[in-house]
Amino acid sequence: MNPAASSRVSTLIIQTPEGISFSLPLACPVTRCLAWAVDLSCIIGLTTLAGSLLHLTSLINLDLSRALTTLAYFALQIGYGMTCEWLWRGQTVGKRLLGLRVMDAQGLRLQFNQVALRNLLRFVDSLPIFYLVGGLVSLLNSRAQRLGDLVANTIVVRHIRLPEPDIDQLMAGKYNSLRDYPHLEARLRQRVTPAEASLALQALVRRDQLDLQARLTLFDELATHFRSIVTFPPEACEGIAAEQYIRNVVDVLFRSQNAGNRVLS
Amino acid sequence: MIIDLHKFLTTERPHWIELEQILAKLESEPNWRMDLAQLKHFHYLYERTSADLGKIVTFASEPETRHYLESLVARAYGEIHESRDKAARWQPFQWFFQVFPQTFRRHIRAFWLSLAITLAGCLFGGLALALDPDSKPVLMPFSHLLGDPSERVKREEQSTHDHLAGERGGFSAFLMTHNTQVSIFLLALGATWGAGTILLLFYNGVILGAVSVDYILAGQTKFLAGWLLPHGAFEIPAILIAGQGGLILGGALIGWGRSTSLTNRLRAVAPDLVTLMFGVAIMLIWAGLVESFLSQYHEPILPYSFKIVFGLIELALLSMLLGKSGRSTQRLTSKAISLQ
Repeated sequence: MNPAASSRVSTLIIQTPEGISFSLPLACPVTRCLAWAVDLSCIIGLTTLAGSLLHLTSLINLDLSRALTTLAYFALQIGYGMTCEWLWRGQTVGKRLLGLRVMDAQGLRLQFNQVALRNLLRFVDSLPIFYLVGGLVSLLNSRAQRLGDLVANTIVVRHIRLPEPDIDQLMAGKYNSLRDYPHLEARLRQRVTPAEASLALQALVRRDQLDLQARLTLFDELATHFRSIVTFPPEACEGIAAEQYIRNVVDVLFRSQNAGNRVLS
Repeated sequence: MIIDLHKFLTTERPHWIELEQILAKLESEPNWRMDLAQLKHFHYLYERTSADLGKIVTFASEPETRHYLESLVARAYGEIHESRDKAARWQPFQWFFQVFPQTFRRHIRAFWLSLAITLAGCLFGGLALALDPDSKPVLMPFSHLLGDPSERVKREEQSTHDHLAGERGGFSAFLMTHNTQVSIFLLALGATWGAGTILLLFYNGVILGAVSVDYILAGQTKFLAGWLLPHGAFEIPAILIAGQGGLILGGALIGWGRSTSLTNRLRAVAPDLVTLMFGVAIMLIWAGLVESFLSQYHEPILPYSFKIVFGLIELALLSMLLGKSGRSTQRLTSKAISLQ
């Protein structure tokens, strides 16, 4: 396993023994600061609540109430981060809201001692005020680690739970006139590079995010480009909008003849 | 070459969904254990998904599917390749009487160094006060220690009312939390390559030395022993152990004479640092209770001899715990390792 991080980049690339690389998107210091602000609010809220509840014990014994309140405040301040991150596998309330997660820097499972150590080291990271030491260290560090993360060998990543990709919604439905010319279809598959194919697919995936004019221009340009790679007879292209032409091209590139016929029939 | 994405997705999607379900179960139920067949299947799904990721990166450059597979492989990777022991059910007694003392002894040199730095501080503070009594406000910047020790002893011994009445619990809790915070700080300062820990240990030593010499020179050695020993028998070693942790951390960061990488050095000491810190916290809870409920009461309420003997017994018990406890299991573990 070979973790590598390019300098000041937002991803950590990990190479597995199977020869597969995957990237973990690192959280930026600003997002982490916001998560900390949320957590601080939670701690203040919890301590206020604990204080109110423990105040009831003053009816029995005032000294006992004071002792319990002091201990509860301390336990919440120290234990909030540890407990949340351990029980929620690297997340606190703030991190959950902002989609962050603490992870082992090698991509392995987070251990309790790592969680405890990165939280204990907050005492130094928070010096002299408002996490100045931790903030400066994380700004200078290529993996955006504060001192606690460095010592505990942890990183904070953006935790994005990605939905399954749905290619069907892009291609299903209409008759594909390009399929009537199998020899040209084969030539198109042969000549188009993976990058060009990916470009066409992404244009379709993101088409709803574009302004109408930008969308028309983009698909016109793409259609012109793909028509220049392989020229289909005019009857295959007549009356087809540029976007539909690209849809047909993507269908040809990403689906075999049989699958295409099955879906389109 | 461009892969048939539709066919690829249709064929492989069920495996990804299955892997995702297993991962979700592992994440939501940390204590769930798979049997051998389930483990094999989990490994198979991981390898298959990894291979799919390899294919899609090489042949399709389709970002949506690639990102999805990357997130899936990343999650599974942590579970599959984790070779560190999964923590067994935590047993507090076994931990306190075996793991904690064993950890302490494993890094005994750092403890001796912590003790030596504190003693150097004591020597400095004691000598400074003995040679220059006017330096007292600088050496001990605490108002309640600035007065004449003899007068304090007289006042305490003649006092007829309990000055901590109705406040013992609160005072005890304050001592516990304050001392634990100082200890955490002492350990965390190890992140400054140990320099911060050394300075703080030395400074603690200076105060301790100055206070001790102040009372000894005033002829109040018995009062001093009776006042400090009952809680100091646990509190001072706890601070020294926190310093030991800071020095271990500093040593791992510097890495003198060790060929392992910084990551591996830190990975090796991390569990020990946490063990030491939690051990220190327990010791300080006891010290806080003793300081509030025992140390602050002097003759004629509590005879000094009782307090001194109590402190010495505590010190002996602590020495036995740290020096002897857990040795038998440690020997068995060492034997097992050597047999391997």
